[in-house]
Amino acid sequence: MATAAKEQPDALEAFRSEVQDWLAANFPASLKGKGGAMTSPYGADSAGPEGTAWRKALGGKGWGTPTWPKAYGGGGLSKAHAAILNQEMARIGAWNPIGGMGILMFGPTLLEYGSEEQKLRHMPAICTADIRWCQGYSEPGAGSDLASLQTFAEDKGDHYIVNGQKTWTSGGQWADWCFALVRTDKSKKHEGITFLLIDMKSPGVSVKPIQMISGMSPFCETFFDNVKVPKENRVGEEGQGWTIGKRLLQHERTNISGGGGRMAAAMAQGLVATAKEALGTDAQGRIADPELRARIAKFEMDWRTFLLTTQRITQESKAAGGVSEVSSILKTVGTKLVQERSELLIEITGLQGLGWEGEGFSDAELAATRGWLSGKATTIYGGSTEIQNNVIAKRILGMLDHQ
Amino acid sequence: MAVLSEEQTMLRDMAREWTTNESPVTAFRKFRDLAPACGYDANAFKTMAEMGWAGIVIPEKFGGSDFGWLSLGLVLEETAKTLTASPLASSALAASALVLGSSDAAKATWLPRLASGEVVGTLAIDEGPRHNPAAIATTATKSGDGWTLSGTKAFVHEAHGAALFIVAAQTPDGVGVFAVPADLAGLGLATRKLTDSRSHANVTLANVKVGADAYLGGSDLLDRLLDRARIVTAAEMLGLAEHSFGVTLDYLKQRVQFGQILATFQALQHRMAELFTRIELMRTDVEAALAALDSSTDVPAMASLAKATANDTLHLVSREVIQLHGGIGMTDEYFIAFYIKRARVLENAWGSSTFHRDRYASLAGY
Ligand SMILES: Cc1cc2nc3c(=O)[nH]c(=O)nc-3n(C[C@H](O)[C@H](O)[C@H](O)COP(=O)(O)OP(=O)(O)OC[C@H]3O[C@@H](n4cnc5c(N)ncnc54)[C@H](O)[C@@H]3O)c2cc1C
Repeated sequence: MATAAKEQPDALEAFRSEVQDWLAANFPASLKGKGGAMTSPYGADSAGPEGTAWRKALGGKGWGTPTWPKAYGGGGLSKAHAAILNQEMARIGAWNPIGGMGILMFGPTLLEYGSEEQKLRHMPAICTADIRWCQGYSEPGAGSDLASLQTFAEDKGDHYIVNGQKTWTSGGQWADWCFALVRTDKSKKHEGITFLLIDMKSPGVSVKPIQMISGMSPFCETFFDNVKVPKENRVGEEGQGWTIGKRLLQHERTNISGGGGRMAAAMAQGLVATAKEALGTDAQGRIADPELRARIAKFEMDWRTFLLTTQRITQESKAAGGVSEVSSILKTVGTKLVQERSELLIEITGLQGLGWEGEGFSDAELAATRGWLSGKATTIYGGSTEIQNNVIAKRILGMLDHQ
Repeated sequence: MAVLSEEQTMLRDMAREWTTNESPVTAFRKFRDLAPACGYDANAFKTMAEMGWAGIVIPEKFGGSDFGWLSLGLVLEETAKTLTASPLASSALAASALVLGSSDAAKATWLPRLASGEVVGTLAIDEGPRHNPAAIATTATKSGDGWTLSGTKAFVHEAHGAALFIVAAQTPDGVGVFAVPADLAGLGLATRKLTDSRSHANVTLANVKVGADAYLGGSDLLDRLLDRARIVTAAEMLGLAEHSFGVTLDYLKQRVQFGQILATFQALQHRMAELFTRIELMRTDVEAALAALDSSTDVPAMASLAKATANDTLHLVSREVIQLHGGIGMTDEYFIAFYIKRARVLENAWGSSTFHRDRYASLAGY
């Protein structure tokens, strides 16, 4: 708490040196600056055994989720303490290896809606990222209109039998567990939906990876064929799934817009430096192509506006307690800007920015091409831009349909 | 739609029918997955040549039909719709260098073979990843009767299948344009794989020796050639924009969400109406530029106008068509993203929009 921080500067400084000692003992210098590993499907573990060890160390300490309750595997730190942890990590180039949908979407939702038993069972492995989660929401016929989902969970007393198909399941092929929206009542659209946790190793679960236009296969079709799910894996009540599922989407949106790993990767190549090199500069150091220079400046300014807006909304929603509807704005603006940036980078670098594979392109250039393509998904998933605009128009502005 | 002659209408209809039946998008996917060494769909090009398309801008006395640039543009627009991986445009541009050039020997040697499709030619002008004809550093020095060429050309389209390169190089008297056979000693290729899965390579010329009759002309020829490249590219881009738009329109009329087809949402109707409008404007510029070539009026400004409009329009269209498809548009199994992958390559070839806006202003004296 900010007030507590003012009252106990000594305690905070003591904490700072504790953090410094702990990081010195646990963060392997070889991992410095390798935070990009977090964008790999294998997360920190793709940085080798040291990455795994670092994940387990930070996660075990609860510091991957510093402000989450200690009882569930979090760090139990105040915001002031967490800020010190962040500062100290940034200072030495350490990065948070705890990521994935467990942290970004499911954890916060379970903290809010899960039973005590469920939190004790699932949260610790989320905090250490030992268990990977995937999101079973979309179906072939239920995308933007998520509530039309058909995957059915039949009540069998102490368990459900689940049948149906999910699609676009990101990381489905690597996930241990799935948080899914299923239908328990066919007579009601929204109120017939229930939030279930499904062990991906259950008999009857199968996945089929889908190749994306970037050449990678980060998502799957997921099939449920008579999958038995114990009732203890239901979060909330039957029919409460839509409320819980929507809350989770708010967390998802905030994360998509708020500078997740993907964005950091997209930003790795500095726009201005690249432009100076590709286009040259005049005697005053101005980028030689005046039109591109103006557009780069426009991007940089828009980006700054976006970051400031993110800060403002975060502060406001914290003060108000809870995620705000305005997160819709952040998602549409943030995703659009990142896409603009990828496009601008191609325009600046020309054909060199369109390398697909093979000789003549740096790894960073090839990654940028793939990122440009995979980045097109950010305005589609997590509620597309069009759907966000509908939400803004209807819920914030009160512009209702005619009927 | 420009007012077409009867022959042009027939040609366009024939091209439309052929691409629809014989060269659909599935043929492009097959080409992409097979990745043949020549860099293009050889069977498709063979048929295209048999239909006379390779000779559309070549005079009759050299075996062509001399149908003109608007006719060529109509064919390219149609074949682009289904992404046909043919060197038709590159080869026609190489041929036009010979037609416009001063070397009778080069005409006699190459034009009949280009017209029949027996060989493929291509332009090797730019030396970097961005179009910049003012920065040509490849040199041509006199040696005996002929010339010695040295330098590197970047991202030469259809380089793998080309028997003839049209090369721009600095001579002691300014820039010159040369016809360079691909099999000469000292000429080497380095493949550059781009998003469009088509043939691109850097072409290195290490003391490549050509005869005196390889010289085709100077900077004036280069300018005329580049304008043709810009306009022909814009014609291909028109086909990409139109077809990806049409496919998306069909999809929106069939995909149901919220209990209604997507096409009934006004938010999407307006987006599609905007794209339609932009594509109509693009069509105007592209056809006007093609016609300008045929009548030799105001070609430089029309080339910049057409290429800039094509760049901006296709840029927008190629993004929107993915977005409007939703998740399915992000899958490789579906084909809509093939268009953006080709679009960006063409946008960056022969001048970006900033290049052409700057040039348009310069041409007009401001
Ligand atoms: C890379 C990627 C990863 C994903 N990961 C996951 C995941 O892990 N788990 C999961 O459950 N889902 C995931 N999704 C699915 C994603 O949430 C859906 O793709 C998204 O909800 C859109 O649904 P759709 O694809 O069916 O498109 P559609 O709903 O068919 O939409 C097509 C187009 O129509 C527009 N549209 C739809 N309705 C309206 C309307 N009422 N008004 C105006 N425009 C409208 C849309 O905005 C879009 O442009 C992922 C998708 C992608 C691309």
